[in-house]
Amino acid sequence: MALLEIKNLHVSVGDREILKGINLSLNGGEVHAVMGPNGTGKSTLSNVIAGRAGYDVTQGEVLLDGKDVFAMAADERARAGIFLAFQYPVEIPGVSTSSFLKTAINAKRRAAGQKEIDAMEFLKLVKAKTKALGMADDMIKRPLNVGFSGGEKKRAEVLQMTLLEPRVAILDETDSGLDIDALKVVSDGVNALRREDRAFLVITHYQRLLDYIVPDHVHVLVNGRIAASGGKELALELEAEGYAKYQGAAA
Amino acid sequence: MAVTRETAATVRDIEQYKYGFVTDIESDMAPKGLNEDTIRFISAKKNEPDWMLESRLKAYRHWLTLADEEPTWAKLHYPKINYQDSYYYAAPKQAKLASLDEVDPKLLETYKKLGIPLLEQQMLAGVAVDAVFDSVSVATTYKKKLQEMGVIFSPISEAVHKHPDLVKKYLGSVVPYTDNFFATLNAAVFTDGSFVYIPKGLRCPMELSTYFRINEKNTGQFERTLIIADEGSYVSYLEGCTAPQRDENQLHAAVVELIALDDAEIKYSTVQNWFPGDADGKGGIYNFVTKRAACRGRNSKVMWTQVETGSAITWKYPSCILQGDNSSGEFYSVAITNNHQQADTGTKMIHLGKNTRSKIISKGISAGHADNTYRGLVRIGAKADGARNYTQCDSLLIGSTCGAHTVPYIETRNPTARTEHEATTSKISEDQLFYCMQRGMTQEEAVSLIVNGFCKEVLQTLPMEFAVEAQKLVGISLEGSVG
Ligand SMILES: Nc1ncnc2c1ncn2[C@@H]1O[C@H](COP(=O)(O)OP(=O)(O)OP(=O)(O)O)[C@@H](O)[C@H]1O
Ligand SMILES: [Mg+2]
Repeated sequence: MALLEIKNLHVSVGDREILKGINLSLNGGEVHAVMGPNGTGKSTLSNVIAGRAGYDVTQGEVLLDGKDVFAMAADERARAGIFLAFQYPVEIPGVSTSSFLKTAINAKRRAAGQKEIDAMEFLKLVKAKTKALGMADDMIKRPLNVGFSGGEKKRAEVLQMTLLEPRVAILDETDSGLDIDALKVVSDGVNALRREDRAFLVITHYQRLLDYIVPDHVHVLVNGRIAASGGKELALELEAEGYAKYQGAAA
Repeated sequence: MAVTRETAATVRDIEQYKYGFVTDIESDMAPKGLNEDTIRFISAKKNEPDWMLESRLKAYRHWLTLADEEPTWAKLHYPKINYQDSYYYAAPKQAKLASLDEVDPKLLETYKKLGIPLLEQQMLAGVAVDAVFDSVSVATTYKKKLQEMGVIFSPISEAVHKHPDLVKKYLGSVVPYTDNFFATLNAAVFTDGSFVYIPKGLRCPMELSTYFRINEKNTGQFERTLIIADEGSYVSYLEGCTAPQRDENQLHAAVVELIALDDAEIKYSTVQNWFPGDADGKGGIYNFVTKRAACRGRNSKVMWTQVETGSAITWKYPSCILQGDNSSGEFYSVAITNNHQQADTGTKMIHLGKNTRSKIISKGISAGHADNTYRGLVRIGAKADGARNYTQCDSLLIGSTCGAHTVPYIETRNPTARTEHEATTSKISEDQLFYCMQRGMTQEEAVSLIVNGFCKEVLQTLPMEFAVEAQKLVGISLEGSVG
């Protein structure tokens, strides 16, 4: 059984159909990259899997370990192991990054019947992970995402992913806004998390990311459909030739 | 499925106000209604000296002339209160206790349920508790230790007997009986409350704490608190309040007076969790409270912190009269209104002395159909050279059916004074909630986290043990506020 199975997924916003029958199957240990022009539905796909309100699923299903994801509320999905690194992380004024992280970690622990993390253990853990991601020490004292630069926000997303150890991680353009060094650091962070029982769905516009995070599969999403799938070489081809060929075919 | 959900919602409603139980205890009550006999009854019950009875009657007679002066300027809506339809005195039947061992076990059980550390062995280290149950003070803990240091911490009814000079000198000196409708009523019928005197030069080493609870049906609670910090002394005082869940509204009209002499400092913290009424706005406490501090001495300082989560209606403006040169007043407030609760609360900072400073940090949170108003006055007198005020009022809205209002009044009669006012209004967005939930938090945890972040600055000023409680309370009082 696949870890995450997306079957014939149709999604509309209002009268407009955005996803028009997506099929994707992510096995444990795999990294899938999704590429595609602006506005073709990549973030929509991520949001629908994560449970954001405002989308109508008109057909199809998404299964996590064979279980219907749409029967779960957004927080249940998260606790079941679905993680979304947001394309546009939200600012939460007044809430320090560290208390946010702690609350999230404890929510997961409670659901798993574990006791809450103790303050020392938490600090040690966070310190180690922020360091590995090249984040400043005082970052976690600041309100979450408030005044963070674009790159800092993305690192904070990866920090959260690292701490929450999801089963399926969706990275929605986590590479955009990162400088060259940061791209490497963040990719290392992702690679360190690759495991037999974990899958990644990596959305990106740039093939360069895939030099660092080497995908098992690459999919081209155009106009709400997967227009082509292939191996890593597909990303190189897209970089060279653009989406013109698929846009014609998919229309 | 729908039925299950309904049941779950009902259970949650019941659990939500966990202080909503009634203690089955026999009470000694005054006849219903208010007249001179009621006042004589109260005074006789307390075995008061004549001067005290006279002062009550004077207040009562004045109150009768105020029939048309019940304040209406606040942004609050409630049916006219029938003052004859309430009991003004209710005491658990069993008075005069020599030690804690004599306290009715049922009462102790109640306090245990409330989480009040009444019994010495169960007490948080360093907290002395004066517990007021309806109208009388039940037991004062740690009394002896405090006595040895010269601190007086006792029910005010006891202070009337034992320290008449102090009471005569200071009672009504900050909030005179003519002050306002509710204060006048209180001066006539107050039943108990705490009295604190901190002697010169002493930093009171423990938090002093009072717990108020309204238990009887249809009783009003009119407590009176008087705190005097003599020269160079310091005290931190905490007040907590709960009441059982009742369908009818109950009146609470307290008066608190603080006096800080030269170089003295008083920190007064309140966690107010009176029953707020049910989700449809039925029942709940009417909280009409006059709290005022006089910073009489040079360099004196008073700091009010309030966390107001309960009551159907809150009408409350803890204030500072900054008389002494270099004296300072601070007001930190969190007011949460959910469902049909209404709060009109804020402060008055009256600058009279030179170089007086005041700081106001107000955080109003409104959810459901609630209304939340900050009302504040900063007045700078002609002689207050170099006076400074900083005011920050932030409002947070949850949902789109609630209201938040900020009404700041600034009056300056001295050109050297400086005042600053900042105000913001924000909303918890769907995106923020989704972001938190995507990290595994329930919606309620998310709301609690965001709101606690919003009022952190105020909660941080609470004594440590209570800050944690207050954080939880913030979450609990907003349960069910989204979706
Ligand atoms: N809530 C919404 N209301 C209206 N239109 C929406 C909504 N969400 C998505 N859309 C539309 O759906 C389309 C797909 O949007 P989506 O954000 O999924 O694109 P994307 O592939 O992630 O694009 P990009 O590469 O620019 O991030 C866009 O045309 C967008 O405007
Ligand atoms: Mg996108």
